[in-house]
Amino acid sequence: MAAPENRIFKAVVIGVSTGGVMALKQILTALPADFPIPILVVTHITPTADDGLAQLLNSQCSIRVKEADEEELLAPATVYLAPANYHLLVERRGILVLSVDPPVNFARPSVDVLFESAAEAFGHSLIGIILTGAGHDGSRGLLQIRQAGGLVIVQDPADAEMDSMPRKALELLVPDYLVSLAELPALLCRLTHTTHQVNVI
Amino acid sequence: MREYWKNGWGTMTASELIDLEIKLLMEGIFQVYGYDFREYAEASLRRRMTQWLSGSSFATLSEAQSRLLREPALFENLLRGITVNVSEMFRDPSFFKVLRERVIPHLKTYPFVRIWHAGCSTGEEAYSMAILLREEGMQGRYRIYATDIDAEVIRRAQEGIYPLQELQRFTRNYQQAGGKASFADYYTARYNRAIIDPSLRENLVFATHNLAVDADFGEMHLILCRNVMIYFNPSLKEKVLNLLHSSLTPGGFLCLGAKESLNYRQLASCYNEISPRTQVYRRSYGCP
Ligand SMILES: C[S@@+](CC[C@H](N)C(=O)[O-])C[C@H]1O[C@@H](n2cnc3c(N)ncnc32)[C@H](O)[C@@H]1O
Repeated sequence: MAAPENRIFKAVVIGVSTGGVMALKQILTALPADFPIPILVVTHITPTADDGLAQLLNSQCSIRVKEADEEELLAPATVYLAPANYHLLVERRGILVLSVDPPVNFARPSVDVLFESAAEAFGHSLIGIILTGAGHDGSRGLLQIRQAGGLVIVQDPADAEMDSMPRKALELLVPDYLVSLAELPALLCRLTHTTHQVNVI
Repeated sequence: MREYWKNGWGTMTASELIDLEIKLLMEGIFQVYGYDFREYAEASLRRRMTQWLSGSSFATLSEAQSRLLREPALFENLLRGITVNVSEMFRDPSFFKVLRERVIPHLKTYPFVRIWHAGCSTGEEAYSMAILLREEGMQGRYRIYATDIDAEVIRRAQEGIYPLQELQRFTRNYQQAGGKASFADYYTARYNRAIIDPSLRENLVFATHNLAVDADFGEMHLILCRNVMIYFNPSLKEKVLNLLHSSLTPGGFLCLGAKESLNYRQLASCYNEISPRTQVYRRSYGCP
């Protein structure tokens, strides 16, 4: 396989739980408005939430942030958050699908569900990231991304507000990159050949 | 298919092979049993098929296919595994509040209304509707048809028995939906189960009906089809929507799930959402 910097990626998927709002804010505010590929995010938010988090992040970031809609076609420079109470999946043609299948790992949306479908849809053109969180959702999915040839990144447990999700992932695999939140935006820009925007907030 | 020839034989990835196996099996199932899953959304179907497979003794779907097409009992088992029947009473309370406050007042102007729950699963949604209509004083002036492709969930819907531990959530939903009484009035708790008040079943008909192949119902004033079409691909969505459309009287209401919309649909121009994000659409009078 070519060096990571020379590979072409088509999408990023991120799984995060406890501590997710702060973590997402830190990463997404540091990404440029023209980040070249879509970013799909599952965060375990409360079941009654509306699209408040997407709106909040959108107002603070230069990159566009929105809640994922059913049948939406993935676009570059856009962050899609899984809506509360629905699993988010992606089809091979880059179309988003929602489902009300039962919770997985006590979670709906579940990180594993998104990661598994993204691994199948994008194979080696995918970047998978596990960030702070309680529980173990996402570790199995991250392994599937790895097995499909994708690139995997895990937040350094020492840097995570809750280290359980990163730790569980590290039990299953050695990631391509183990990073702190602060390092992540620059890494993503490097992997996608984008100019990194210095976080001024 | 073409691209694969270019690369020579055996160059499909594992997941592309699984998709092919699903396609072949679904074609077989349609021809043998009449169940049409050929146009279900790939990603969620694949997830459930692989889950079923990993709990079975078969290594691949191709291996399972031979017996699935010959043994109805095994097919039933697969069917259980690939249909998603998760439901709740007063699911999305704010939706039921909109029904109560903005749709029921219209329905009251008719002497008699007909309501269809398409994809009713185990009946929670239909019983919620019966409660709502009773509280709004429409008793004796309605008939509810609640249908699903899955005979087993229809049987359970007819029973109207739910695990007691779910009642806490149902009760909270009911209250948030603007319930006027005490939710406990509508069921009897026995051991660890809640039995729905049988009088709610008056004028409520449960039946099997397959939206992908069966005929329309005709002359409904209100149709709910929530969290059903999200499992369909766009072409099946179009087809089912046409079926719902031809079953809905002009001026009638069509309700979709919380994250569904008519945005990309050909029939979109025949409907107006009563206000943004309610997922309640009114059929205009001008549309054929
Ligand atoms: C997730 S449940 C939705 C239940 C309820 N409407 C709700 O929103 O809570 C989806 C239901 O659609 C049914 N279904 C799937 N395909 C169908 C078809 N072709 N025709 C009729 N019902 C179908 C399934 O059996 C399942 O019970």
